[in-house]
Parts: sequence; structure tokens; C-alpha cells
Amino acid sequence: MDKTWNNKAWFMVLPAFLVVAFSAVIPLMTVVNYSVQDTFGNNEFFWAGTDWFTEILSSERFWGALWRNLLFSIIILLIEIPLGVFIALNMPRRGIGVPLCLVTMAMPLLIPWNVVGTIWQLITRSDIGLFGYALGKIGIQFNAAGDPLHAWITVVVMDVWHWTSLVVLLAYAGLVSIPDAYYQAARIDGASRWSVFRYIQLPKMKRVLLIAVLLRFMDSFMIYTEPFVVTGGGPGTSTTFLSIDLVKMAVGQFDLGPAAAMSIIYFLIILLLSWVFYTVMTSSDAENEGSR
Amino acid sequence: MARITLEHIRHAYGPNPQSPYDYALREVNHEWNDGGAYALLGPSGCGKTTLLNIISGLVKPSEGRILFNGQDVTDFSTEERNIAQVFQFPVVYDTMTVYDNLAFPLRNRGIAYEQVDRRVNEILGMLDLTSRAQKKARGLTADLKQKISLGRGLVRSDVNAILFDEPLTVIDPQMKWVLRSQLKSLHRQSAVTMVYVTHDQTEALTFADKVVVMYQGEIVQIDSPAELFENPKHTFVGYFIGSPGMNVFPVTVDGSKARVGGMEIELGYAPAIGQAKKVELGIRPEFMQLSRTGMPLSIRKVEDIGRLKIVRADFAGQPVSIVVKEEAEIPSEPYVQFRDQGVHIYADSWRVGREA
Repeated sequence: MDKTWNNKAWFMVLPAFLVVAFSAVIPLMTVVNYSVQDTFGNNEFFWAGTDWFTEILSSERFWGALWRNLLFSIIILLIEIPLGVFIALNMPRRGIGVPLCLVTMAMPLLIPWNVVGTIWQLITRSDIGLFGYALGKIGIQFNAAGDPLHAWITVVVMDVWHWTSLVVLLAYAGLVSIPDAYYQAARIDGASRWSVFRYIQLPKMKRVLLIAVLLRFMDSFMIYTEPFVVTGGGPGTSTTFLSIDLVKMAVGQFDLGPAAAMSIIYFLIILLLSWVFYTVMTSSDAENEGSR
Repeated sequence: MARITLEHIRHAYGPNPQSPYDYALREVNHEWNDGGAYALLGPSGCGKTTLLNIISGLVKPSEGRILFNGQDVTDFSTEERNIAQVFQFPVVYDTMTVYDNLAFPLRNRGIAYEQVDRRVNEILGMLDLTSRAQKKARGLTADLKQKISLGRGLVRSDVNAILFDEPLTVIDPQMKWVLRSQLKSLHRQSAVTMVYVTHDQTEALTFADKVVVMYQGEIVQIDSPAELFENPKHTFVGYFIGSPGMNVFPVTVDGSKARVGGMEIELGYAPAIGQAKKVELGIRPEFMQLSRTGMPLSIRKVEDIGRLKIVRADFAGQPVSIVVKEEAEIPSEPYVQFRDQGVHIYADSWRVGREA
């Protein structure tokens, strides 16, 4: 049978190519363009080379924001993943409780992010907020706007409240896909509750948990709206994460060049860390495939 | 090792069962001997797995008691009952090696290292898995995984009973034969009570000393394979065991004679049909003989199935099958004779004997 050889099929790819070009490639190139130039307005640009990158990478401000952001991501992952798994394990598998739990769990995920920020900003206020006022009554003056530790507690608790549900839903989806026969076999084998978790539930949840960790890491590393509403990055720079810093630089100070350079560094960091996460977490699978 | 007594066991999955049809298991009342090899045979959905899960303690019966060696274990957990069970589809602990999978039930019970090692190696050898002992279970094929499941069921030597729930479904045919005979020889060595669920009559008849035939949530007959063949207690047993199944047709009984469409069959005894709504005569194709004398019938077709031939015919307006030897001659004006010991009378599907 003769095959017809022509390159018309490339036109099929064209629409997708154009969409991606306009939504991702062209904006990214604009940023690259900005990052190597300087401007004082009037659409006049001067070549700046790698100056902005050098400036960003040697500024304490950037490293400070990066470490704060890493610390934040680590803390919320350490809380949200185990907590989410724990809640998922204790959710009912059948009956009226299932939709009830699922809807309750989905609630925080449906609230707009700036509303979440507003809610927590209000609730932690010591004069009118439920949480802040209650703490005041037992002798702790809670002040998210003044005390860096309090600001951190607020931001972390807020994120846990907002996003643990996502981990719960993913983990639950993993759990309900385990056939009953596994639990029955475990009972026959005399497995303890811990063994059931360790050898049945955890391995079966591994894939969805990998997704949960990746999603939560990337989201928390890009967090902007909620801390911006609650603390505005303060007090001082104590809750100024990378994206808050970036916006301050680009919009507040109109330093387009350094902001563009920082965007690119930021993007590369997320790409690198996601790749590291993914490689580490899938490597145990690969070992098994190899030993088959 | 235990004698298992099932006392008036009934089970319904839904709450508040009203009619007998709400029960997945209707009234099971039997005693199974210590060290026996039983096969639970029946079509899908007849309650085999339910009964098995009740014995192992995964399901608690709605009514009735279950006793091991005379001790009531109805409220005991699976672990306390000390039962091993193998499921239809492979269940393996993915992250463990094959060796650790087999050792798992023993380690959970705190058995000493040397003993675990000896026993696990024994089972690995028996299932031909020794070369894979240190491989992770995850990447294995379905039939290897099922062998691991099987091994976990066999690894404990002190169990009261080992229950198999269609364990060879995913195994390919050749391997099935090997594993089945290994199970059988293991049973002879260890004398553990074994219960084997299947819907395959060959599997049941080759594995078990006693076959338990279930139909619509009831045990209809527990007997040796030969008894099931020669004296089916229920028309279902007649249909289900043997190939082709028993010929069953409605008759009217008058004293010691059965009449069907103008033919008269002498029974030699007067069956106790009582007030039965439905009276049937059952005879296996092997007990009908084509000849030149007897009762007339018309042959529709003859199927050659190798060493035997199956004759499909109409007898008194009823379709019947007759098994004849391959070399046997089919008469051009055929008549049929019934061998006495093969003729059974069923009243409302249950076999009836002589009038008392």
C-alpha cells in the first residue's frame, strides 16, 4: 500500500501552536526581553545584559523572600499532607456521611482566595475577630499586623484551613479505589491497623499523594493573594514571599528589568524543584520496573 | 483443625428480610468433618461466597450459630477463628518482596524467625517461587500474584481451616492442574479442613471428597462425586453435574407407574409424591439405552464428541439426550430402555423415595 507523503498535517497543529504561543511563549519572551534591558519610560529601552540577574542574585531581599517562601512551603506540606491523609482515613466509606463529608471538605476550596484572606484577617483581629478576641480573653494579645510570629501563624493556619481539603479529597479518592478484598485479606493475615495503613493504604495512595505534594508545593511557592490581604507582606518583610516581593518590585516600584529577571529566576526555581520532587518520588517505582 | 458446625445459618445483606428471596443464604444446617476436603459448587450468585465469608468471619450471619469443634465462634473475629482464606483475585502487598508477603501472616502472629523461614521456604518451593523470593511483588504477572495469595493462605500450618474462593480463576489452564493436584496432596499431608468454592464441576469433582452443591441460597446436596452423579437429590444437581445434564420431564404418577404422553414407565415402587404441585421424572443420559425393543422415540440429531456420541431425540414429545458409545450403531427404528437404577422421581424438584 502506498502512503501519501506530505506535510499538510502540520496545519492541524497550528491552532494549538498559536494558542500556546500567545498564552505562554510570547509573554515569556516579553519577560526575557525586559530582563536584559533597562527603561525609564517612554518606551525607551537600553541594553543591560545580565546586570539585573546579578543584582537580584546578590540581593539580600531576594534570598530573604526565597528562604521565607521555602520555609512556608515546607511547613504547610508537613502539616497538610499528614493531616489530609489522617482525615481521609477517618472519613466514612459509605452511607449518608459520604456526600456530607465531601461537600464540607470542598467548601474552603470554593471560596475566592481574596475572600479567604479577608476572612482570616477579620477572624484574627483582637478587637472584633472571634479567634483574636478569644485569645485576648485568655491573656494572649494576638496581633498579626505587629508580631512576625503571629503573622506567620495566621498565614500558615489560613493555608492549612484553605488547602488541606484538597489533600483530603485526593487521598480519599485513592482510598476508595482499594478493593474490599485487600482489607479482608489483611484481616485473615492478622495485620494490625498500622500494617494495613503501611502496606495497603499508603502504597495505594502513593500516586495521588505525589500529585497532592506537587500541587501544594507549587501553589504554596506562588502564594500571593491570601498573605497580601492578611498581612500585606509584613510586619516589615516577615511574610514577604517571592510573589509579593515581585509585585512590589514590578508594580510598586516599576522596576521592570529587575522584576523580569526575578520572574525568570523564580520560574526556573519552581521548575527545578518540581522536577526534583517528581524524580525523587517516582524513583522507587522505576527501581521496581527495572528488577522485573 | 476443626469440625465445622453450621447451625441454622441464614443471611440477608439488606435489613429486615421478609420473604425467603431477601436472603442470600437460606437456612444452612450442616456439620463438616475435621480434615475433610469440601468443594462448594453452584452457579454464580447462589450464596457460595457468602457462606465462605460466614465461616471465615468476614460476614456475620443474620441468624444462626457457627461452631468449631463444638465451640461457638459466631462472634469471634477472623483472627480469633484462626482461618486462612484465599480470594478469587490476587491480593498481594505490593511494596513487600515475595518472601515477605508469605512471611507476613506468620510474623503478625509473632512466630519465631527460624520457623517462619523454614515454613516460607517450604511454600516457596511448593509453588515454584523460590527464584523470585527476593523480588518485589508489584511487578509480577497476575498468575504469579495469585500464587502468592495462595501461598499466604497455605503458609500457616496450625489453622482451623483453609478456605478457597475460586482461587484459580486467573491462572492459566495448565497451571490449574498442577496447583490443584498440589493442593490435594497438601491436604493429604496436613489433614487440614479445606473448603473450595468453585462454579466449575470438573474442579469440584477432582478436588473434593465431598461436594456441597448450592442453589439459590440453599445447600441442595452434600455427597461424594459418585453419589451426586448416580442419585441427585434435587433436579438442579441433575442439571448441573454431568455433561449433558440429566433428562427431566413432567410425568403423572399412578401407584408404581409413571406416565408421560401415552408411555408408561414401571418404577418398581410407589413414590411418596404427597401433595406436590410438580412431579418430574429424571434420568441421566448415561442410563438410557437405545435398542430395538422398548419404548419408541424419534432421533433429531447425533453429535459426535470424541469417544462418545450424544443422541438428541424426542421421547413422548419431550426432548431428551442419550449418551452412546462411539462405535454403537444407531437403529433405524429406534426404541429406548430405561435402566432401573437411573430412574428418579422428583416432587417439587426434590427426589422422593418409596411410599413409607
